[in-house]
Amino acid sequence: MSDWPLLSLVTFLPLVGAAFIFFIRGDEEVVARNSRSVALWTALVTFLLSLLVWANFDPAQGGFQLVEKAPWLEGLGVSYHMGIDGISLWFVLLSTLLTVVIIVGSWHSVNTSVKEFMIAFLIMDTLMVGVFSALDVVLFYLFFEGILIPMYLIIGIWGGPRRIYASFKFFLYTLLGSVLFLVAIIVMYREAGTTEIPGLMAHNFPPELQLWLWLAFFASFAVKVPMWPFHTWLPDAHVEAPTAGSVLLAGVLLKLGGYGFLRFSLPMLPDASAYFAPMVFTLSAVAIVYTSLVALMQSDMKKLIAYSSVAHMGIVTIGCFTPNAMGIQGSIIQMLSHGIVSSALFMVVGVIYDRIHSREIDRYGGLAERMPVYAFTFMLFMFASVGVPGTSGFVGEVLVIVGVFQVNSWVAFFAATGLILGAGYMLWLYRRVVFGALTKESLRSIKDMRTNELLAFAPLVILAIWMGVYPSFFLDPMAASVNELLAGMAAKTGGTQVALW
Amino acid sequence: MIPEFVFDLTPALPEIILAGAGLVLLVLGAMREEDGLKTVTPLAVVALLVAALLALTLDRQPQTGFFGHFVFDGFAGFLKVIMLAGAAGSLLVATSYMREERVERFEYAVLLVFASLGMCMMVSANSLIALYMALELHSLPLYVMAAFHRDNLRSTEAGLKYFVLGALASGMLLYGCSLVYGFTGTVSFEGIAAAFHGTDGTVGSLPVGAVTGLVFVIAGLAFKLAAVPFHMWTPDVYEGSPTPVATFFAAAPKVAAVGLFVRVLMQPFGEWVDAWQQVVILIAVASMLLGAFAAIGQTNIKRLMAYSGIGHVGYALVGLSAGTEKGAYGVLIYMAIYLVMTLGTFSCILFMRRQGRYVEEIADLAGLGRRQPLLAAAFGVLMFSLAGIPPLAGFFGKLYVFLAAVDAGLTWLAVVGVLTSVVGAFYYLRVVKVIYFDEPAEAFDGGADPGVAGVAAVTTVMNLLFVVVPGPLLAAAATAAAALMR
Repeated sequence: MSDWPLLSLVTFLPLVGAAFIFFIRGDEEVVARNSRSVALWTALVTFLLSLLVWANFDPAQGGFQLVEKAPWLEGLGVSYHMGIDGISLWFVLLSTLLTVVIIVGSWHSVNTSVKEFMIAFLIMDTLMVGVFSALDVVLFYLFFEGILIPMYLIIGIWGGPRRIYASFKFFLYTLLGSVLFLVAIIVMYREAGTTEIPGLMAHNFPPELQLWLWLAFFASFAVKVPMWPFHTWLPDAHVEAPTAGSVLLAGVLLKLGGYGFLRFSLPMLPDASAYFAPMVFTLSAVAIVYTSLVALMQSDMKKLIAYSSVAHMGIVTIGCFTPNAMGIQGSIIQMLSHGIVSSALFMVVGVIYDRIHSREIDRYGGLAERMPVYAFTFMLFMFASVGVPGTSGFVGEVLVIVGVFQVNSWVAFFAATGLILGAGYMLWLYRRVVFGALTKESLRSIKDMRTNELLAFAPLVILAIWMGVYPSFFLDPMAASVNELLAGMAAKTGGTQVALW
Repeated sequence: MIPEFVFDLTPALPEIILAGAGLVLLVLGAMREEDGLKTVTPLAVVALLVAALLALTLDRQPQTGFFGHFVFDGFAGFLKVIMLAGAAGSLLVATSYMREERVERFEYAVLLVFASLGMCMMVSANSLIALYMALELHSLPLYVMAAFHRDNLRSTEAGLKYFVLGALASGMLLYGCSLVYGFTGTVSFEGIAAAFHGTDGTVGSLPVGAVTGLVFVIAGLAFKLAAVPFHMWTPDVYEGSPTPVATFFAAAPKVAAVGLFVRVLMQPFGEWVDAWQQVVILIAVASMLLGAFAAIGQTNIKRLMAYSGIGHVGYALVGLSAGTEKGAYGVLIYMAIYLVMTLGTFSCILFMRRQGRYVEEIADLAGLGRRQPLLAAAFGVLMFSLAGIPPLAGFFGKLYVFLAAVDAGLTWLAVVGVLTSVVGAFYYLRVVKVIYFDEPAEAFDGGADPGVAGVAAVTTVMNLLFVVVPGPLLAAAATAAAALMR
């Protein structure tokens, strides 16, 4: 089995499924039904194959594994180079799992252009797995920016009333960041003579150049994360995107920024990363406190969760730049946890949106009476988002805060403040939507969750608790890779302090 | 014993085929007046493809002919293949339009063949005389083609406008050539390149008069490229001329002009990059900016494509401004991909037909995603490719020119390039938005012409699959660029 190009199979199988759906013809009803089944089976098989990737992964090794290499843009020496390490493994699994979850979750809720919907999400699956397994920067960039196309269409076609504004803002904002990343890639290629990620990690870039490259990387990743003050596209995109789009946006796309910091900025540009760390800390601390306060005042549920995402991702960026094993492991766990919890929260909102067609908090209240299972699910993820011990959210936040405390106690203080505020807005949201008396006429006949919704939530519930109760299961496989990352940085830094001006 | 003036004509075989085919088709068309276009068009397509095939198979060693005025090398061969294929494609999409707009005349195919002959000679020109002659041979049929819909006011206006401005540009070019000749004492490209070399092989500086001449030559050629500030004619001519003519204009002649531009700057003036680099950078930056910003306000898709083409020439010139082999390599890749994208987009535009009338407003595309999903998908792919979003082909064109610019130390130019491409992405996205997000408008007529459908399908698939098989184009462009630096 190990001879198989397993990673390529996981990456491109969804594309095959998408091509298959493209050729389905016939009556609209039939096309919709067949598209759903094909998409579900493709996503399921892809997920199982990605589990096989996990089974073949040796957690004791720090370097890249399951490496595949084939010539591609030959004149440049750019190759089709794939491989994963302990960091990317989890993101690959997260992407394949969430694709299954959203296809199950939108089984009944999407009824227009089902065929195109499924094609778009399968293409997303390919691009997401590809971006986390690419070991060549040009290949990485290809997947990284390619994601914009299906996401733009998803927001624009199946989105809410202001979908056009949101889709343009999403596309152009992220494109503006990523094109500078492209120039940085080209400059790095000229400097190091290679586009292979392992080769670039081993190359020592001159300190002054590092600063410029770092800023170009930052332009791209900070928009993706998104960091304050580059986050303004996120609330719009989240609010207008259909539930499935929000899930992938929050679950996977936001992780690209953090992953980019870990894969590029830190190992390739360690001096510049150290130089700019205070700036990242400041922006992140502001993000955590500011966006938490903004979240408190939201009347739209999706917007509230979107702002909470910005706050949670602030914890991630703080963790990335600590840079010590605790902080980085914490930020990876925080990303995974956020990938599960905020995805689930968007689905939670989606469930009632499908029934009442409103995201306004004021339109709800007392849902516990009519929807006990829903209330329980919501509660679980609400706690996980707040970071209650025993849920996934707790582990990441604690690790990051302890990690950053060794570097700067003020940053730790602000990060912890954010947690308190987080508890504030999430508990308040839950109280207003689920508790209280069921007085609103429109809610009297509301039905509890359907089977497909329960099935979609099940894996997320399990994971959120699993990560909270037994985090070493997730932390151990990434330990070797994180240590190698830190060892590589330590070997390269220690040079003279650099200054940009 | 062969006399001295008889030389090997093999390197000029594609041109000879085209010239012969043009003449034969002219006679044939005149004899079959009533169904001329129907007979002549397929034959012209065959002639173009045969010539392309010949250009593909000819020996790539540089060979000169016609007393050094003509050269066939890898560079010319590469460009001839893509141009002739592009010309054949744009002729294939013309038939149904010409029939439905009642301008079904066989002369169209004949003119296109002669224009293609001129284009082939342009990229093979090896002296100032050949340059001028080829350029005129290629321009004159184009003027007529722009006014081909002779009972239509817009079309005749386009033809006249193109002719007057084109004549002005030719004048500037000729003036520049005469200055260069005056200061170097030769018209041959090799002669110019060697003109100011010292006896010990050192390269002397270019006299001011020759630089002035060079700038005039650049201005004249920039007109043919539709590069800023010589671009004014483009939107009007594209909008006014019949759509298949605009298809042709946007595709092959632009590639020929870029090819000639690259050869003139890199071969005779290759040693004096400093003398022309700033001018090319200026033109490139201005074209990218104008292409990006002026297109935003357009509502007519042909005008939009005109501005888009101006922007794209700007990107290609970014590669040229590097003044290196890598730069020429980038330009060649860019133009090949550009040709495919443009041809595809215009053939999609030719689908826009309601009750037998062709429509051109972007708003007419509203909701295409729901009424004609296949056409919408093709449009979408081409628009994203034009915007340069990976993994589509357009991205790779940009990648290679920016690579050359950064390699030559022009990182700032690459930054300007990527930033304008973000602005440009806005209007391509707007077309996608109209197609997919807006409420459906009235459907287009069904039953597309197989020629149009075929070209649209092939070009779309090429844009999609370039990422999988980039090898052949990259290798061909590499040898072509190497041939230029002999």
